[in-house]
Amino acid sequence: MRVDIGFVFSLLRGDPQADRVVPPTGYTARLTQFTAGAMALLAVFALALSLATDRMADRWAAELAQTSTLRISAPPDQTAAQTAAALRVLDTTPGILSARALTAEEQRALLAPWFGPDLPLDTLPIPQLIEIVEGDPGYDVTGLRARLQAEVPGAVLDDHARWRDPLIAAAHRVRLMGVVAMALIALSTAAMITLAAQAALYANAQVIRVLRLVGARDIYIARAFVRRFTMRALAGAAIGTALGLLAVTLLPSSDVAGGFLTGLAFQGGEWFLALLIPPAAAVTAFIATRAAALRSLRGQS
Amino acid sequence: MIELSQVAYSYGGAELFAEITLALTPGSFHFLTGPSGAGKTTLLKLCYGDLTATAGDVRIFGSETRQMSRDDIAMARRRIGVVHQDCQFLDHLPLRDNVLLPMTVSDRQEEGETHVDDLLAWVGLAKQSSSLPPQLSGGERQRAALARAVITAPDVIIADEPTGNIDWEMSQRLLTLLVELNRMGKAVLIATHDLNLIRAAKPQVSARSLRLRNRRLQAAGADL
Repeated sequence: MRVDIGFVFSLLRGDPQADRVVPPTGYTARLTQFTAGAMALLAVFALALSLATDRMADRWAAELAQTSTLRISAPPDQTAAQTAAALRVLDTTPGILSARALTAEEQRALLAPWFGPDLPLDTLPIPQLIEIVEGDPGYDVTGLRARLQAEVPGAVLDDHARWRDPLIAAAHRVRLMGVVAMALIALSTAAMITLAAQAALYANAQVIRVLRLVGARDIYIARAFVRRFTMRALAGAAIGTALGLLAVTLLPSSDVAGGFLTGLAFQGGEWFLALLIPPAAAVTAFIATRAAALRSLRGQS
Repeated sequence: MIELSQVAYSYGGAELFAEITLALTPGSFHFLTGPSGAGKTTLLKLCYGDLTATAGDVRIFGSETRQMSRDDIAMARRRIGVVHQDCQFLDHLPLRDNVLLPMTVSDRQEEGETHVDDLLAWVGLAKQSSSLPPQLSGGERQRAALARAVITAPDVIIADEPTGNIDWEMSQRLLTLLVELNRMGKAVLIATHDLNLIRAAKPQVSARSLRLRNRRLQAAGADL
């Protein structure tokens, strides 16, 4: 669809006389404003979810990509020897920054969420864990496994890829769903505004007949409707966005509550993205109303 | 200015009229008569591009209407003042703004402002300038429609039963206004079934009277 710049400027500038030729309408105005507001609210939530999931995926990828765990499952009398052997192997493996065996307290802390704080670690056959911090570039996983198999038979190397990759993939899918949700919101907004604009055009059929009779061009008639619906959508979306931002801001932060459904608040430049929602709603309304108006006017000839 | 050549119009497969040839030239004055349903309003709509002929040529200011874009038709309408039988207005705007409307849509609002009040006074509606159209009587609406039709100083004035809803005295007044405009060089075409109106015009203007009958346009007696 061709949109000439002059039309856009004249729309922004406004023409009080052109605006007045269309009588103020009740329910279509409220419908447009409400729709734009509700959709903007949903768009804020979808954007927040999408961005938060994106951040989470990035964080997981960054944190887990740099660490691995070596588990020594050996008889109790061999655990210390195999741990020392494993540490020697790791110290001489290129791409590993550091490797250290977790203390009994650290291992107890890891298990505490499942077994409680009074876990008798000494009486249980719990494997010894070694935390490995990778360098950049990282180590050769296949080569290290081969060496460990030969020198430390009870060692099992876990580079976290087995559960990290599906998690990150899931996070990316959630982000994609957020993007799809925003696209659907935009399309739904356009559809609702198109319906409201068409209702307004049909309700004002006599106005259009009179305007045609006195020599008004289609673009003049369309402009009066387009400006009205664009401004309503902008106002509604601004209110919806403000409410959405307030709701997102009031969510508990991840620092306080932890967990997946917290930390949804926008960070840094993300606020700017949220502020683009009202203008985006206005642009959507502009395109939808203009297309509906010109199509309807052509149909009424 | 407006020429119809061998024009026919069919609606729903039925031919309303055919072989219509008519020329509205500067300073011409035509009455169009005929029984109800003969197609007078349709013929007028062909003259200002609201309908397209099913056969023949309609030329408005030199352009064949089939070749004209919607914008071209709109621009041509600015040179044609139309007074409708039902006098439609924008009911939410005061009379003054309604009369100014052709100037407003032509981006000539300021120019219109300079003489809209004189025009309202000319049609005797100065006191009603701030009234809304639904508050006006039938005669006032007819005169307001005439004022709106002429505010752009059009070349052609087309009126469809302009005296249909008003009393004889008001009809005379409207006719006088149209005759005055014709003397200024405007072409005038009036569709009416009011033969008394045509007779009353006789001493004031040299007009041709045409009749739509049996789907053809005929001269209705000698020029008045």
